[in-house]
Amino acid sequence: MDGMTRTPFDVDAIRADFPILASEHRGRKLVFLDSGASAQKPRQVIQAMVRCMESAYANVHRGAYHLSEQATADYEAARAAVARFINAPSEADIIITANSTMAMNLVAHSFGRGVLKPGQAVVASEMEHHANLVPWQMLRDGHGTELRICRITDAGELDLDHLAELLADGRVGLVAVTHMSNVLGTVTPAAQIARMAHEAGAKVLFDGSQAAVHRRVDVQAIDADFYAFTGHKLYGPTGIGVLYAKAALQRAMPPFMGGGDMIASVGLHHSVWAEPPAKFEAGTPPIIEAIGLHEAIRYVEAIGMPAIEAHERALVDHAMAVLPGIEGLRILGAAQDRGGVFAFALDNAHSHDLSTLLDRAGIAVRAGRHCAEPLHERLGAENGTCRASFGLYTTAGEIDFLAEALTSARRFFA
Amino acid sequence: MFDDLRDLYQEVILDHGRRPRNFRRLENATHHARGDNPLCGDKMDLWLAFGDDGAIADAAFQGRGCAISMASASLMTETVRGKSPTQARQLGEAFRQLAMTGRCPACEAVLAEDMERLSPLSGVHEFPSRVKCATLAWHTLNNALDDSGQEARSE
Ligand SMILES: Cc1ncc(COP(=O)(O)O)c(C=O)c1O
Repeated sequence: MDGMTRTPFDVDAIRADFPILASEHRGRKLVFLDSGASAQKPRQVIQAMVRCMESAYANVHRGAYHLSEQATADYEAARAAVARFINAPSEADIIITANSTMAMNLVAHSFGRGVLKPGQAVVASEMEHHANLVPWQMLRDGHGTELRICRITDAGELDLDHLAELLADGRVGLVAVTHMSNVLGTVTPAAQIARMAHEAGAKVLFDGSQAAVHRRVDVQAIDADFYAFTGHKLYGPTGIGVLYAKAALQRAMPPFMGGGDMIASVGLHHSVWAEPPAKFEAGTPPIIEAIGLHEAIRYVEAIGMPAIEAHERALVDHAMAVLPGIEGLRILGAAQDRGGVFAFALDNAHSHDLSTLLDRAGIAVRAGRHCAEPLHERLGAENGTCRASFGLYTTAGEIDFLAEALTSARRFFA
Repeated sequence: MFDDLRDLYQEVILDHGRRPRNFRRLENATHHARGDNPLCGDKMDLWLAFGDDGAIADAAFQGRGCAISMASASLMTETVRGKSPTQARQLGEAFRQLAMTGRCPACEAVLAEDMERLSPLSGVHEFPSRVKCATLAWHTLNNALDDSGQEARSE
């Protein structure tokens, strides 16, 4: 593909870019329905990282020699690509982290402890990944902020009336909610949530770990103050994540970690912080991973986020047509706006037994509670669920095969 | 589609998984422990009641989990009855070996009969991520045996 826009969406050509999809596991073709946990990598990403290590690698921001200058330019080009990808006003708004967990913890630490006052409140929701819940519990316990939990409806949508109630007393300093649930697939109305938060004087953080993979994200259009996502779910490598943070907020926030790269000058007793975003990037950053993430962004943009979204929407429609017909199968959530993530349970099989069976059929799904324990309690699914999640390489045939396997599995345990 | 999985899910396992034996709270328990497998969300409470002879007179459990963890706990409560703490621990050690390797060559003749009853679970050794489902009950048993009798200990 190499930079050309590929139309119409050609799923076979895309699959050919992913070496692992051609591999066999115990003599069966891999049906990979766990992209929501981590996506597979296209050849282009793999090769870009190898190329970097073979011919363009040195530490960044440090050497005055050509190779280091080149590596620095490549690293900064990745930051610029990320900024364009989510339509950030400037690349200075992009902080490179290790993953989205670190991005959320950075906000909890630097904004939470540094800007929020004890007694102010943070709002999270019942459908957060632990990465966007536990940091706020820790902030409450260590800093004295209050943690308020916004309910979801039985359909698995954010209860906006409840959000309004939680915001009403004006004490909320931050609303930290998912942009797309990693369990229910629910896409939340980000622009509306941001408007509600801002009107109540609060800032807003979106956990975009799932959303950024499936939709075009425009942080200015939704008016996010913070937006977090993670490279490995976006067909890029592990070890790199992104925090978008508005420049004014970055200036008000103290650093997260101390060390090299985040300082302008250092004395034995005092130091002066570097300008943002360097202020938040202590230590050698994920250089090779940044090259990989840049290539992954190039890859999805060449296909086009709207085309990817349309492909996945068709898969969701197909799944919603096929799966509910399976006897004894419960699908969690029924949000109007949902992406390619489904959690389900069979009435006569525990999620772990079911995933062992599906694995035997070559189908990789996640089993358990998907780092969303409170949500499973809320929805009465204490035994966990299996989760199928789609990527740009998923086909309708794979969903049919899943349906067939689920029908056999139910018979197996009958 | 799944016929080759009958080795793992033998009829005994499915039966004990569906209808676990000794699935109740022991009111006269002398020992208790809670077992927890945070990764899968499996949870169980295990109670033991010792007789005057120092052997386990009764064992019962409650909890939730997959067919394998429920069946394993169910079979365990049946096999540890009448055992001294030392014998029960020995049995647990032998079972762990069975679950991890599929075999227990070192099992002495004294354990042979009990191991025979537990052998339907030996299939888990081919499923590394499921071994812990089978061994949870036995870890919990060790904790229950350590229990001072005062207060429940969790993992
Ligand atoms: C919604 C959501 N938030 C946060 C995370 C955490 O991502 P990471 O483990 O890359 O930090 C995930 C992925 O597991 C997720 O799905």
